[in-house]
Amino acid sequence: MLQDQDRIFKNLYGLHGWQLPAARARGAWDGTKDIIARGHDAIIEEVKASGLRGRGGAGFPTGLKWSFMPKDDPRPSYLAVNADESEPGTCKDREIMRHDPHLLIEGAMLAAFAMRAHVAYIYIRGEFIAEREILEAAVAEAYEARLVGKNNLNGWDFDVYVHHGAGAYICGEETAMLESLEGKKGQPRLKPPFPANCGLYGAPTTVNNVETIASVPDIMRRGASWFAGLGKPNNTGTKLYCISGHVNEPCTVEEEMGIPLRELLEKYAGGVRGGWDNLLSVIPGGSSVPCLTAQECDDVTMDFDALKALGSGLGTAGIIVMDKSTDIIRAISRISYFYKHESCGQCTPCREGTGWMWRVLERMADGNAQRHEIDMLFEVTKQVEGHTICALGDAAAWPIQGLIKNFRHIIEERIDARATEPLSPSVPEAAE
Amino acid sequence: MSVRRLAAEQPDDFVFTPENLEWAQATVQKYPEGRQASAVIPLLWRAQVQNGGWVSEPALRYVAEMLGMAYIRVYEIVTFYTMFNLQPVGRYYVQVCGTTPCMLNGSEDLKEACRKHIGPKDTVSDDGKFSWTEVECLGACVNAPMVQINKYYYEDLTEESLGKIIERLRKGESVPPGPQDGRQGCAPKSGPNTLIDSSIYGADKSGPEPGYAGTSDSKAKMPGPY
Amino acid sequence: MPKLIIDGNEHDVPDGITLIQACGLVGVEIPRFCFHERLSIAGNCRMCLVEVVGMPKPIASCAMSVSDLRPSPDGTPPTINTKSETTRRAQEGTMEFLLVNHPLDCPICDQGGECDLQDQAMAYGFNAGRFKDNKRAVEDKYLGPLIKTAMTRCIHCTRCVRFMTEVAGVPELGLIGRGEDAEITSYLEHGLHSNLSANVVDLCPVGALTSKPYAFQARPWELTKTPSIDIMDAVGSAIRVDSRGKEVLRILPRINDAVNEEWISDKARHVWDGLRSQRLDRPYIRKDGKLSPCSWDEAIAAIAERVKGADGAKFGAIAGDLAAAEEMFALKTLADQLGSPNIDCRQDGSKFDPGLGRATYLFNTSINRIEEADAVLLVGSDPRVEAPVLNSRIRKRWKQLDGKLPVGLIGSDVDLTYPYVRLGAGPETLADIANGKHDFAKTLTEAKKPMVILGPPAMARPDGYEILSLAAKVATGVGALDDGWNGFNILHAAAARVAGLDLGFVPGKNGLGTTDMIAAAGRGDLDVLYLLGADEIDMSALGETFVIYQGSHGDNGAHRADVILPGAAYTEKESTYANTEGRVQMTARAIFPPGDAREDWSIVKAVSDAIGKSLPFGTLQELRGKMYASAPQLAQLDTFGAAQESSVAKMAEHAAKPSDEPFGIAIDDYYLTNAIARASAIMASLSAMGADAEKATGTDG
Repeated sequence: MLQDQDRIFKNLYGLHGWQLPAARARGAWDGTKDIIARGHDAIIEEVKASGLRGRGGAGFPTGLKWSFMPKDDPRPSYLAVNADESEPGTCKDREIMRHDPHLLIEGAMLAAFAMRAHVAYIYIRGEFIAEREILEAAVAEAYEARLVGKNNLNGWDFDVYVHHGAGAYICGEETAMLESLEGKKGQPRLKPPFPANCGLYGAPTTVNNVETIASVPDIMRRGASWFAGLGKPNNTGTKLYCISGHVNEPCTVEEEMGIPLRELLEKYAGGVRGGWDNLLSVIPGGSSVPCLTAQECDDVTMDFDALKALGSGLGTAGIIVMDKSTDIIRAISRISYFYKHESCGQCTPCREGTGWMWRVLERMADGNAQRHEIDMLFEVTKQVEGHTICALGDAAAWPIQGLIKNFRHIIEERIDARATEPLSPSVPEAAE
Repeated sequence: MSVRRLAAEQPDDFVFTPENLEWAQATVQKYPEGRQASAVIPLLWRAQVQNGGWVSEPALRYVAEMLGMAYIRVYEIVTFYTMFNLQPVGRYYVQVCGTTPCMLNGSEDLKEACRKHIGPKDTVSDDGKFSWTEVECLGACVNAPMVQINKYYYEDLTEESLGKIIERLRKGESVPPGPQDGRQGCAPKSGPNTLIDSSIYGADKSGPEPGYAGTSDSKAKMPGPY
Repeated sequence: MPKLIIDGNEHDVPDGITLIQACGLVGVEIPRFCFHERLSIAGNCRMCLVEVVGMPKPIASCAMSVSDLRPSPDGTPPTINTKSETTRRAQEGTMEFLLVNHPLDCPICDQGGECDLQDQAMAYGFNAGRFKDNKRAVEDKYLGPLIKTAMTRCIHCTRCVRFMTEVAGVPELGLIGRGEDAEITSYLEHGLHSNLSANVVDLCPVGALTSKPYAFQARPWELTKTPSIDIMDAVGSAIRVDSRGKEVLRILPRINDAVNEEWISDKARHVWDGLRSQRLDRPYIRKDGKLSPCSWDEAIAAIAERVKGADGAKFGAIAGDLAAAEEMFALKTLADQLGSPNIDCRQDGSKFDPGLGRATYLFNTSINRIEEADAVLLVGSDPRVEAPVLNSRIRKRWKQLDGKLPVGLIGSDVDLTYPYVRLGAGPETLADIANGKHDFAKTLTEAKKPMVILGPPAMARPDGYEILSLAAKVATGVGALDDGWNGFNILHAAAARVAGLDLGFVPGKNGLGTTDMIAAAGRGDLDVLYLLGADEIDMSALGETFVIYQGSHGDNGAHRADVILPGAAYTEKESTYANTEGRVQMTARAIFPPGDAREDWSIVKAVSDAIGKSLPFGTLQELRGKMYASAPQLAQLDTFGAAQESSVAKMAEHAAKPSDEPFGIAIDDYYLTNAIARASAIMASLSAMGADAEKATGTDG
C-alpha cells in the first residue's frame, strides 16, 4: 500500500488551498531552477529512467515520446497539455487542475524545457469552467511570481496559455486537439506526419496528459529510482484511479500501479455494493476498454500489462463498477450512444458504424433482435476497429466486443424471452 | 448529437461589450501572429455568455469577421461543438450527465426531476428561468449522478435533491455547487482514507477553500449570470 | 526511387507520391471516393484501405507516401497486397458502411450510370446489406441555380468542400455538425459565389450534387460524347459536348493539364441552353424596315445586289468574339478580293499589331508555367472574370508558395481569390514601375520568373498601344524576358481574337479599324458592313449602312441587320481557335446547326460566288490549305510554341506616353458576355444571383 508521503497529489481532495503559497509549502516549484540547470537531455533521461508511461490512456513511454522532438529545428516547438478529460469513468485531471494546478504548471515548464519548447498550451475541456478559472488564476500567480514568463527566475523563457474546448470528446485525441487549438473542427489528422514532426501550426509538438505532466516535478525532485521503485516493472509509479458506479463509496485515489483491483475497490471505495459476490462486471480503464467478468476481477492487477493480457486495458484507470442489478446490455448501449454522439463524422466506418452498432444494441437491450445479429454485431465492430483515422473507432468497438465476449448469454436470454412474445417492429428512440 | 440549426428567430445585431472586446483582443494575443483563428472557440464562448447562453447568427458573423474567418468555417465550429447552444436556453440551464457512470447511479431519476420541475427537455420554461437537456459525460464520474447548471457542477444528486435545487433557484436563493451529500470533493463519502498523514503537508497550513471546491471566486456560491 | 512490391511484383516508383498513385502507375486500381489528385488529401472515406505487410492495420493508401514506408528488416521492399483477404475485408466493410445510410434511389438518381458508388459497390462490395434499421434522411440544401442537391445520398467525402476552399478560393461550402448528423452546406444556404462552382458536380462521386439544369434529362449511355473546345473565354478549355439527337444536353470538362487541368467555368459548362434559344435558323431580309424570313437565294441575291461592283473602300467587315479562324480567313479573303482594307477582328478597339510579331499579343508564359512564376503584375486585368480557370492557376501557384506570391495590380479594385496589392489606378503607375520609381519594380526585378499580365481594359483604349509598349518596357526592364522565360502576357477575353490576329484580320493599308468603320458608317461613308458574329459594337451608330449579319443568335447585330445569314455555333462546326497562349485547337461538330443555318465559311463562300468574286477554295480542306499557307502557326494543333521574345523588346522601344486615364473593367457581367450566353436562361439566373437578386430559398436558415 502506498504511503502518504509517496503520493504526488497531496491535495487531491481539496483539503488545502490550491494557491501558490500553499502549493509551495507542499513542495511545488521547489528547486525548479536547479532541475532546469541539469539540461534538456538530463530531464528526458530521468523521465525515461522513471518508466513513466502516458496517463491519458495509451500508456506510451513519456521520456521516449519527448525524445522524438527535433533538437535543432528552426520552427518553434510546442507542448500541448491534454486537459480535455472526457472519457466516461474518468475524473482525475479535473482534481489536479482545481486542487493542485501548480504541479501541472511546473510540470509543463519542465516538459517544455526538456523539449526545447518555449510555449505550452493547456487545452481544457469546455465544461470545466470553474476548473479553468482556477487554472487561469494559478497561471497568473506563476507569472506574477516570475516562475514562468519571459526572463523568469527559473532561467527558461516559457509562456503557458490556458485554452478551452466547447464540448467534443474527440478533442482528447491528440491531433483533433491540435486542430481545435488551431480554430477548426476537432477532426483527427492523418498520421504520418506525427505531431513531433508536424503538429500545432505545422511545428514540432508533443501532446501529454495532465496527470503525466503533473507527475514530472516529483519525479525530478525525488529521482527516477523513487518512481521506478513503485508499482511493477514496466508499469511503474503511482496512478490516480477513479472508482465510480456500484461501489459503496465512489472516490478517486492515488495508488501504486499494479495494485489488485479487488484491493483497490475494497480498501478505498468501500467495496462493491452488496458485497464482492454481487459484482457483475468492471470496466477497468474508462468506457473505451472491454469490460471484465466478475471472475476476472478476482485477482487482476491494475496495470497496463495485466489488463492487456485479459484483452482489456488500463486506459485512463477510470473504473466503472457494475453489480448484478445492472442491465449490462443497456449500460454498454449507453456507452455506444456516447461514441455515436462523439464521432466527429469525418471517416466512414466510425460515422456510419457507431450509429449502426448503437441501434442494434438498443434493440438487443429490448430483446428485439435475432440471435444471428449478435455475430453480425461482433463483425461490424471488427469492421470499425482498425479501419478509422483515429482510435475512436476502436474505442466504440471494444466495449461491444467485451459485452459479446463476456455476456453473450445475457443477450441471448433477452432475445429468447422476447421471442416468446409477438414481435412488433420498433424504432429505437434517440436518447436525447 | 442531432441535426443542429441556427434559431429561427434572430436578433438584429451583436457586438461585444467594451470589457469583452478588450478581453477578446487580449485573447487573440495568446496565439502566434496570423493564427488568430485559434481564438474562435473562446470568443464564441464569450459571445454565448454575453448573449444569455446561446450563439446568435449575428454573433457568429461578428466573431468570424473579428478573426478574419469565412462564415462557413465558424458555422462548422458552432455546429460541431455541442456546448454552443444555437437556440435560447433558460436563465438556469441544467445539463444532466446521462452517460453510463451517471446512468448506473441514477441519472434517469435526475431527468425525471427535470421533467417534473422544469418541463420537457430542450424547452425553456414559461418563466424563462429554466431549460434542461441531457449531455454526455461531464467528467465527474465518482460524484455521479450530477448535473451542470450554468458554470457549476452539482454532484452526488438524487431526484429529490435536484428538485430542491431547482425550486430554490426558482425562488432566487443561492445554492452552493459541489457535492450535495456533504462529501469533500472526490474523497469517499465517509471521509478521506488516504492523505491523512499531516506531516506530508509540511508548512502548508491552509484549509479547504471556501465556496465551490476552491473556486477563485469565493463569492461564487450560485450559478452566476450565464 | 523507392522500391515496392505490389501484389507480388516489384516496382520502382517515383519518390514522394502516395501509395494509391503508385498502384495506379503500375496498373493496379484501388477504389477511392475522397481522394482526388488535384485536391488536398482527406483520407476520410477509407475505401482505399490496403494491407501493407508488417503494419498492424490496413492503411489508407491515398494518405501514405511511398517515402514513409520502410523495407522490412530483411531488406524486402515494402509489400502491398491489394487483393488479399485483409484488404478485401476492409474495403467491403467500408462499402457496407457507406451504403448503410445511402438511399436505394438509383433508378431516379441522375448520377446513375456514372456513379462511383454504384460502380465500386459492384466491384468491391458485399452482395447484400445487413443493416436493418431505418436509414438517415438529410434535408436537401439550396446551392444556387446550377447545383441540385439530394443530401441523403452524400457520403461525406468533402471533395466539394475542398474544391471550393482550395481551387475556387471561395470558402462557402462546409461540413457542419458531426458524426452521423454531419451535413454539407453553404452558409445559410446562400448560392455559391464562384464562377467555377459547378465543378463540384463532377467531383461529387455520388448523386448528392448533380446538375440542376440537366436534372432528369438523360442517362449518360444515351449521350453522344464529342470532345471539343470551349470558346466562352480565351482560355480554350477542353470540353466534352454531350448531345442526344439535335440537342446539346450538357457540357463537361476534359482533362488538359496544359490548359484547364480538369476544371471549366460555369459559363463554359452551362451555356448550352443558350444554344437552343434565340437561334437564327433561317435567313432574314429587311423589307420596309421589318425583318422577314426569306430563302438563302433571296438573302444572297440581296447582298449581291448591294456589293457587286461597289467600291471596295466602302465595304467593311468586323469579326466578333466567337468567330472561328476558317470563317475569318474566308471573310478576309473576300474583302481582299473586293479590294477592301477595312477589316478588323478587334471589336473592342484594342490596339494589337500582328505585324510586330506574335509575342506582342500572346500569353507568352503559357498557362502551365504560371506554376513557375514568383511574382505577378496585373495591369488592367481581372483574371477571375476574364479567365476563371486561368485565375485558379494563379491561385494554385499562390498556394504552392504558401501564400508568398507577390501580386500587384494596377487598375480597378477587383475581387480575386488570392491577396494582391493595388498599386495604382492607371498608366502612370505602370510608368513608375517601368522607370523603376515604384517599389514593386524591385519585387519584380528580384523575382526569378516575374509575370506581367495585361487584361483587355489595358489595351482596348485609344492609347492601348502606348500601354502595351510601356508594359513591354516593364517586362524587359525587370528581366521577365530571360533564358527561356517570357513573362510578358496578354490575357484575352475573346476566343476569336488570337486567331484573328494570326490571320491578319486587321485593317490593311489605309484601312479602317472598328472604331473608324463605325464612324464612317455613321457619316454615310460606308456602304456595306459585314458583321461576322460581331455583337458588341454600338449598332445605333451605324447610320444608313447596309449591314450583313452572319451569326448564330438573334442578338444585337441581328437586330440591326439588313440581311441575316444564319451560321453555326461552336458545337455545330469543326473549326479552329487559338487561345490566349496562341495554342491552336479545334472544336468538333456535336450536332448540326438548326434549320437552314449553315457552317459559316460556306456562307461566305456562297456570298462570294454570288458577287462574282468566288473564293479560291471549294472545300474546308482547301480553305485550310490556304489558311495554313498564310498563317502557318495555325497548323500547329494542340501545341504551345514559344513566340519570338525580341518582338516584345522591340515594342518596348516605342516612346510615346499614354494618357492618365485609369483602367476600367472589361466585363460588366461575366455571365452575359456574348450572344450565346445572353440567350441562356441559366446564365441569366446566375447573373441575377450575382446581382444579389437571388437569396436563399426553401429550407430554414
